[in-house]
Amino acid sequence: MNLMKPAGMSRRHFLSHVAMGGAITLGATEFLSHLQANAAEVKRHQKACILIWLGGGAPTIDMWDLKPTSRNGGEFKPISTKGDLQISEHLPEIAKEMDSLSVVRSMSTREADHGRGTYYMHTSFVPNPTVVHPSFGSVASYELGTKRSGLEIPAFVSVGGGGMSPGFLGMAHAPFVVDARGQIRNVDMDKQRLGSRLQMLGAIEDGFIRTDRGDVAQAHKDVYQKAVNLMTSPQMEAFKVNSESAETKQAYGGHAFGDSLLMARRLVETGVPFVEVRFPGGWDLHNDVFNTLKNQRLPMLDTGIAGLVRDLKSRSMLEDTTIICMAEFGRTPRINQNVGRDHWAASWSTLIGGGGLNGGLAIGETNEDGDRIVSESYQPGDLWATIAHALRIPLDTVHTSKRGRPMKLANGGQPIKGLIG
Amino acid sequence: MGFVQKCGNLSGIPTNTSHLSAVKLSGAWFLVRLLPTNLLEDPMRRDGLTLWISSLAVLALGLCISSGNAVAQTKFTTGSDDPLIDYINEQIRIGWEDNEVTPSAAADDAEWVRRVYLDLVGHIPPADAVERFLSDKSTAKRSELIKELLNDPDYVRNFTEIWVNVLVGRNTPDRTSRAGLQKFLRESFARNRPWNDVAHDLVTAEGHFEENGAVNFILGQLQGNPRSEEYHVEATARLTRIFLGMQVQCTQCHNHPFNEWKQDQFWSFNSFLRQTRRVDHDKYDPKTGQNEDDYSELAYVDFGGPVYYELRNGLVQVAVPNYLGVEVSDSSETDRRKELGRLMCYDDPDHNLARAYVNRMWGHFFGYGFTRPVDDMGPHNPASHPDLLERLTEEFVKSGYDMKKLNQWICNTEAYNLTSRFNSKNEIDNPSAGEVPLFSHMYVKTMQAEQLFDSLLIATNAQNSGAANYERAEQQREGWLRDFLRIFGGNEDDEPTLFSGSIPQALLMMNGELVQKAISAEKGSYLNAVLSDGSLKSDSARIRSLFVSALGRNPTPYELSNLPRMMRNSPSPLAAYQDLYWALLNSNEFIVNH
Repeated sequence: MNLMKPAGMSRRHFLSHVAMGGAITLGATEFLSHLQANAAEVKRHQKACILIWLGGGAPTIDMWDLKPTSRNGGEFKPISTKGDLQISEHLPEIAKEMDSLSVVRSMSTREADHGRGTYYMHTSFVPNPTVVHPSFGSVASYELGTKRSGLEIPAFVSVGGGGMSPGFLGMAHAPFVVDARGQIRNVDMDKQRLGSRLQMLGAIEDGFIRTDRGDVAQAHKDVYQKAVNLMTSPQMEAFKVNSESAETKQAYGGHAFGDSLLMARRLVETGVPFVEVRFPGGWDLHNDVFNTLKNQRLPMLDTGIAGLVRDLKSRSMLEDTTIICMAEFGRTPRINQNVGRDHWAASWSTLIGGGGLNGGLAIGETNEDGDRIVSESYQPGDLWATIAHALRIPLDTVHTSKRGRPMKLANGGQPIKGLIG
Repeated sequence: MGFVQKCGNLSGIPTNTSHLSAVKLSGAWFLVRLLPTNLLEDPMRRDGLTLWISSLAVLALGLCISSGNAVAQTKFTTGSDDPLIDYINEQIRIGWEDNEVTPSAAADDAEWVRRVYLDLVGHIPPADAVERFLSDKSTAKRSELIKELLNDPDYVRNFTEIWVNVLVGRNTPDRTSRAGLQKFLRESFARNRPWNDVAHDLVTAEGHFEENGAVNFILGQLQGNPRSEEYHVEATARLTRIFLGMQVQCTQCHNHPFNEWKQDQFWSFNSFLRQTRRVDHDKYDPKTGQNEDDYSELAYVDFGGPVYYELRNGLVQVAVPNYLGVEVSDSSETDRRKELGRLMCYDDPDHNLARAYVNRMWGHFFGYGFTRPVDDMGPHNPASHPDLLERLTEEFVKSGYDMKKLNQWICNTEAYNLTSRFNSKNEIDNPSAGEVPLFSHMYVKTMQAEQLFDSLLIATNAQNSGAANYERAEQQREGWLRDFLRIFGGNEDDEPTLFSGSIPQALLMMNGELVQKAISAEKGSYLNAVLSDGSLKSDSARIRSLFVSALGRNPTPYELSNLPRMMRNSPSPLAAYQDLYWALLNSNEFIVNH
């Protein structure tokens, strides 16, 4: 049968139809060849950052900056490590890798509310009613992701949710959220059906674009193209953490947190510049802090992070991959009546390492009771400036908000001297 | 049709006989032959299709003739006889003449009916409403439809959702009752309460966050340490921005760079809120052994005296409650929020509250207000149409802050009834490129998350597709809505005209459960209804039904001749229709309000 019988049409009119049909078919062919593209090239020596987020606010006084001689010290004892500092006895595996990692012990951030603290630590800026600042993951996506032309999956991936907003950098740099098993919602479609659907979609979309209504119509088409590239990209393999052997998973602790970190490593290896991993389980330990840490949180954290460091090292990726483990704030040095610790932003610690930063160091210092900083103090902007340095994002980078206000990278923070050089 | 309309702009209606013969689709029977038996009762008859096409041609011809007559009549009307609308039209026209642009043609009925549904009731029109409107011959049908939609229950739902988002955002702040705020707004819109009364409640409310839902606006902005000077900053900023259209938050830290507002302006407003704090109540949960959130309330706390703030040079200054020049005693005897509510909502000779509302609502309907953004008004940011804004403000106050009346005025204007297509003489009227809006054509708006979700349900009836019962259908609906709000809802600060498409959004539309269900053609779905409708006797009739339902228009000749050919690539006839509907729902045209 001939569906294209050009009855009543001029020859030119007919040809223009054929030409359009041809263009659409070509689109579908490109799409199919894309499917058969070669496996992802391993991206070595590309800079990346893995942020490990301890949502709720981790009691860093029980983890990285113990105070055994103070009544604030609690139940845990410090142990020596391979680095030049001591950490909690319940982090023995990390202790063995501490020559690669450092602790900043003099974080002072003023924001002791979950929402405000989470915003501040992710963006380097305190919440401000005039503007929504981008999370640093979005900054990395904006600065690095856009330059990695071979990268077909999003440049800012959040494993387990969170990651905050891309702010004024726009939704193209929003965190792409997956769960710890690497399941991405809404990516599966029968490829045969996709081809014919896209062909019809193309016809309808192009028709609307031709009605001359401004840029939105084309912008929509472009986003769909990206989504199709993603759906059909061989790089999607990076998310399939369950294809790893039980042995490899065991090296990361064999739990959900370990799986998330393993996925982060796979993503970084594929070229993703920023991965945020949300620790499964909350750290808002107002009650029963020591039992919860000892029996649940710390063993998982310990085996997961140690596994990640070892794996990155064995793949020669640690020099290019910065790891930072932090929360929205620390917890009160004083132990409350429920054997818990409350919110505390005045003096707390973060773990940072890899990416060419100096390992094995304690940077900054708190007093004997842990409730005051007795050295230079640091803000999130200083951490992110340090990471920007490691990622080779120029520190004088300035972004412009939607209202045209210049915004300094990392809020003008400076790299922490002891960690670089 | 009582207004100027160009024949060539009737989207989807063939006007040229050579096109007509091109859409005969003589070979499309192959689809029919393989379709379920209920489609086979009346196999496609060429004469049926021809009849249909001929009737379209007659209709198109008729429209051309009628609009030909209308050319002589230069004055645009939707059928409304309110004299204020003439004034608005005149003011807008002055802008066109001054800037030497020629307005685009009036939107055809299909384009306009979809737009007015989305703007007033928050979703696209159902297919039968489109058909009814298109076949209505009344010259006043547009003004009639506006009236009808303002009394639709979905009008209340739509504006409730819009205002909940404006007041507290899509991500409800911690320990704030979205349901409480919704209930308060629902009642306000259902009764069409005067806007100044509604605003007064939102600014002055105290109490339990569910019993008095109006408290949630301020409650949502009070986070963190109540003793910190930051505690009332967000509430100050939101309140002045939303109700007065003033961005005083810039003056939190410094004098306004572009106008005479001084730093004390922010802190004067801030002083009004200092007697306010949230009180959170917890309850012990024996199961988890932890304290869980119970309820919250907005409470009055004793506070007197001035507020101290720091200049950039470190000097400490004082501010007292002061509403745009009217000072209020800072004694602890004064109930400061009550005073603010009175001054702002009832005793402001400049009607800042009314002006900010008018500007925001104009922006709601056009995508751009008279200032950009709509909530940054002041001497540093002059309005595009200052006289019009003043007159509308004045009339809105005179009407008793009648929200429906204002909507009605705007929807009946000539500008609101123009097509969104540019023409060669108004290309400079492009606010998305930074130009001042002239309203010489409609600006394309991206659907908001709620509009998109509700429109998908209207177009597909997905919630009833294969659902065993009402509860199950409702559960499904809730789950999908959560997905949509999470994935599409993250950009409430964007102007509605910006497309903020992200990959997860595209994926949700392409492969999400809602769209899957929508095209499943299970019993109860719209697609099923079309495919089993015996009165639709041909592929083109069925294709047309899907176009009307999703896009509110007829397919173009190009689409009618090409899509059936593409549909042949699908593995089965049913799949072909599913794939077509998928393409329609995923198209740029579906997701925008034009």
